Amino acid sequence: MRTLGDAQGHMFDAAAARREFPILDQQVHGKPLVYLDNANTTQKPLAVIEAMDRYYRLDNANIHRATHLLSERATKAYEGARERIARFFNARESAEIVFTRGCTEAINLVAHSYARPRLRAGDEILLTRMEHHSNIVPWQLVAEQTGAVLRVVPMDQDGVLDMAEFARLLGPRTVLVSVIHVSNALGTVNPVREMMALARAAGVPVLLDGAQAAPHMPVDVQELGCDFYACSAHKMYGPTGIGALYGRRELLESMPPWMGGGDMIASVSFEHTEYNAVPYKFEAGTPNIAGVVGFGAAVDFLSRVGMQEIAAHEGALLDHATEALGAIEGIRLVGRAPERAGVVSFLVGEVHPHDVGTFLDQDGVAVRTGQHCAQPVMDFYGITSTVRASFGLYNTHADVDALVASVKRVQQFFA
Amino acid sequence: MDLRDLYQEVILDHNKRPRNFGVVEGGSQAAGHNPMCGDRVSVSVRMADGRVAEARFTGSGCAISKASASMMTEVVTGRTSEDVRILFTTFQDMVTGKSEADDEKVGKLVVLAGVSEYPSRVKCAMLAWHALQAAIDGAGTTVTTE
Repeated sequence: MRTLGDAQGHMFDAAAARREFPILDQQVHGKPLVYLDNANTTQKPLAVIEAMDRYYRLDNANIHRATHLLSERATKAYEGARERIARFFNARESAEIVFTRGCTEAINLVAHSYARPRLRAGDEILLTRMEHHSNIVPWQLVAEQTGAVLRVVPMDQDGVLDMAEFARLLGPRTVLVSVIHVSNALGTVNPVREMMALARAAGVPVLLDGAQAAPHMPVDVQELGCDFYACSAHKMYGPTGIGALYGRRELLESMPPWMGGGDMIASVSFEHTEYNAVPYKFEAGTPNIAGVVGFGAAVDFLSRVGMQEIAAHEGALLDHATEALGAIEGIRLVGRAPERAGVVSFLVGEVHPHDVGTFLDQDGVAVRTGQHCAQPVMDFYGITSTVRASFGLYNTHADVDALVASVKRVQQFFA
Repeated sequence: MDLRDLYQEVILDHNKRPRNFGVVEGGSQAAGHNPMCGDRVSVSVRMADGRVAEARFTGSGCAISKASASMMTEVVTGRTSEDVRILFTTFQDMVTGKSEADDEKVGKLVVLAGVSEYPSRVKCAMLAWHALQAAIDGAGTTVTTE
């Protein structure tokens, strides 16, 4: 066990944090579990599990609809979580947080409700080479429907975006910039502040895909100045099936509803329907109430641990892993941007990542292998897949040592 | 379960030195794709008198998918398309654990029986077989494991 201090001198105790995650205390294939697949999904702390359990045991009812006490409690739990999530991202008000099924749905909401009505043939959406499929395909769908065109900012061999090209591609026809904040495949932390400054000067709104950033670093949407920010709870120690879109109120108000149904309306007749106010007009139907409760508990947990502390701790783990793996002959690191978070992607000589993954699993080390829903990134490097180890706040330096030792055994086995 | 049961020497050998790697000129060809890991394998066959006269494969994949493809091209050569269809099912039943490994039925493919202990790897072992079946059927399209 090691403890680490960040620049402010706060101490972070990963071993103590680990005790809040009961799932980590188990053996797989007779070995202690070393969970390094956090970019895929994180494990859930007791605080989240218990909040959801308590909700179903004590408070469960439909929200915004009934006059009885349970419904009041459920509504309070749901809207209280929205307020805490708004505070977590420093939104101006909770109405700027729209609940979605996850980051993917949040991006799709912007694509279909913000972009599609505005796009004319020849208009452009600016993306980058390192986008996750969920920040490519929604734009292709609306581009097909409107005749708009996708422009792609290139990157270099280290996995760093070409900012000169970004500035050049940001043109008079650009309707929206949509950029991954932290690359899930490479770990690159993109220069979003610089991008925001250029986009603001050009008067172009920006959506940040924060799925891999929100769990690893403080995110302040006002300080970033972004127009939209998308995230998934399950990568932030919360439950699956719930996420959020932050949107500036003016933009959200300008957008038509995406799905119709109950709770998103003010009045309905067969002749005419008045929509509810933001954010409700985007939340048709009975939502994932327990999921929102769990999401709220997750951001409380993250705030309690401290995002600065988490960033410092995980940064140290990433440095350790990058250095130790990089020192092994035959290991190729994929993505070597100076600014990275949470993720180390690599290849073990000629051994296929799938074989590496099976081998590591037998040693108790859980990683992801494959193309990480980022096929254009794999194509860029001329590879089909990588092994990806990704860190969470409960990982320790002993976990990194276990990974490195297992990778060395893979090399011996397939020598 | 020991990893040596999955990665038997024969498998590691076929992975390093795949047999029948290449394309049958003028043969019927079909590709298999595993979108999960990005693996691709293409199988081409030449049929003569209702039998597989020649089968070859190309592509990139893990040790299991490469060894499975390599051994498959060896064992199907000389068999009728009906035989291949039966072997496909027998092999699939073995790697999915539906039936016991029986070397009288599957011959040397029995070394891939260990796959049944690793459900996530079944697709790797089956990829080339799906492509082969499509090539024999003359479908000529990309099949996926999904």
